[in-house]
Amino acid sequence: MIIEVSGLRKDFTVTTKVGRLRRERTVVSAVDGVDLVVGRGELIGYIGPNGAGKSTTLKVLTGVLTPSAGRVRVCGLDPVADRTTLARRIGVVFGQRSQLWWDLPLGESFELLRHIYRVPAAEHAARLRTCSDLLDLDGFTRTPVRQLSLGQRMRGELTAALLHGPEVLFLDEPTIGLDVLSKQAVRGFLAELDRRGDTTVVLTTHDLADIEKLCERLVVIDHGRVVHDGTLDALHTRHGSRRTIVADLDAPWPAGQTVPGAAVTAVEADGTRVTLTLDGRAAGEVVAALARIVPLRDLSVQEPDIEDVVARIYRG
Amino acid sequence: MASARVYAHVVRAQIRSQAQYRASFLIDLFGSMAVNALDIATVFVLFSVTGGLGGFGGGPVLLMAALSAASFSLADMAVGTADRLREYVRSGQFDSLLLRPLSTLAQLVAVNFAFRRVGRVVQGLVLYVVALAVAGVHWTLGAAVLAVVAPLVGGVFFGSLFVAGATVAFWWIESGEVANAFTYGGRDFTSYPVTMFGGWFRDLFAIALGFAFVAYLPALALLDRPDPLGLPDWLRWCSPVVALVAACLAALFWRVGVRNYRSTGS
Repeated sequence: MIIEVSGLRKDFTVTTKVGRLRRERTVVSAVDGVDLVVGRGELIGYIGPNGAGKSTTLKVLTGVLTPSAGRVRVCGLDPVADRTTLARRIGVVFGQRSQLWWDLPLGESFELLRHIYRVPAAEHAARLRTCSDLLDLDGFTRTPVRQLSLGQRMRGELTAALLHGPEVLFLDEPTIGLDVLSKQAVRGFLAELDRRGDTTVVLTTHDLADIEKLCERLVVIDHGRVVHDGTLDALHTRHGSRRTIVADLDAPWPAGQTVPGAAVTAVEADGTRVTLTLDGRAAGEVVAALARIVPLRDLSVQEPDIEDVVARIYRG
Repeated sequence: MASARVYAHVVRAQIRSQAQYRASFLIDLFGSMAVNALDIATVFVLFSVTGGLGGFGGGPVLLMAALSAASFSLADMAVGTADRLREYVRSGQFDSLLLRPLSTLAQLVAVNFAFRRVGRVVQGLVLYVVALAVAGVHWTLGAAVLAVVAPLVGGVFFGSLFVAGATVAFWWIESGEVANAFTYGGRDFTSYPVTMFGGWFRDLFAIALGFAFVAYLPALALLDRPDPLGLPDWLRWCSPVVALVAACLAALFWRVGVRNYRSTGS
């Protein structure tokens, strides 16, 4: 297992002013007993509302923060004690922080990182070529980083994080603030990385489309604890998400008519459009039953909306 | 050696970055050199007026001032920018230093390397060589070795102060200029013979905090003069030990400080 976390806790002392001089200190656990195991080559989505402890977890895993309690191993190393050794084996993109040299051309940042990580020139060039092809960097490697658009910079950050061939890639909100095209570029790149299978990816995001398109496995954290660890489907099942069928009919829907295996949740357009919510039965059966009642003109099956499920979890 | 090359790359990149803002870079360079010239002029004015301080004549006082200036400028060039730590901690940018496979302190000073401070070092060293020539040094083998080592040792001492002072930011972000009281205050203190100061203030700064070991005691050794304060003679050769202790303490503060780093919400 490339990431092993058990009983991780991270406390922060918060001082608040009480009166003129007196200060009150309270201890807040940003992460409160997180267990997490990630296998080599997995791509997991790590999500939760603001302040749930996502970034704190990532910072503990990357050696930025010292845990208050618990055991953490990444690539078999203790992130704080073995920080510099681990740094060579992981790549990190924190959406809000840059790893690049602000005033230098993007290409010079890449070259500096080659020296900092002591990557052999040939390996470095090969990885840079791959990233450059997939992320289309050619147009702006000679532009100073401060003049790049956010989308260009994020593509640069991804490349910078991968040039030393890390075993694990930590991404904290890599699509935040990006336009649709840049988001697609980043997602496409991560999907390709996942397909190659030699990089483990831990991704935090507020963009649930990222999760739907990329992550087999989803870890949801709330109030510093893991509240779900499994597939997206398992999440829907657990929280009672239902698929729906919307059917356009050739004849009006008979009032009070029921369908086995589904509940009629809406009748619209003078009875010629009906919405059914499945109770877990296969869509085919329900459609067949429906067709026996009235002739069908058109039909669509809608998957449950991930936003709704996640909102339900966040609300508790 | 390999890591020295890595830092050299980072420093060169920083110089290239600064050169992007050419006007500001030139103003900084000339401004800093003008300030140094004024500093040195102050020393000369002082001597032309008083002719001696704290029981020492012009030559010995000049030697102490020059040794202090050389030590301080070396430290300032190497790690003076450590005080930028405050900004890094406040903004959470310290994260990015922790994510690279290099020492955080070395990165902090390499990334913020201020080329203009080299000018100050040259000025400080020139002044020191002049002082050695005119102060009436009692040249022996020991004195020759000490003359070479003293500014480096003093640099390590001041450097430790810069670093230790900067670490305050790990606990107290609004630390402001507190650390400067010890670095810049220490430079001013060491520029003069400690006999000039009196009572508990002298005991605290000169002995307890070790400032006498930067310029005063090594200068006494170079000049082969008895100490008016009656400190034992062997003490004046102990500056390297004091500097080493200071460096170890600074490194310890840094280590504990990094463990205490809280980052910022993202």
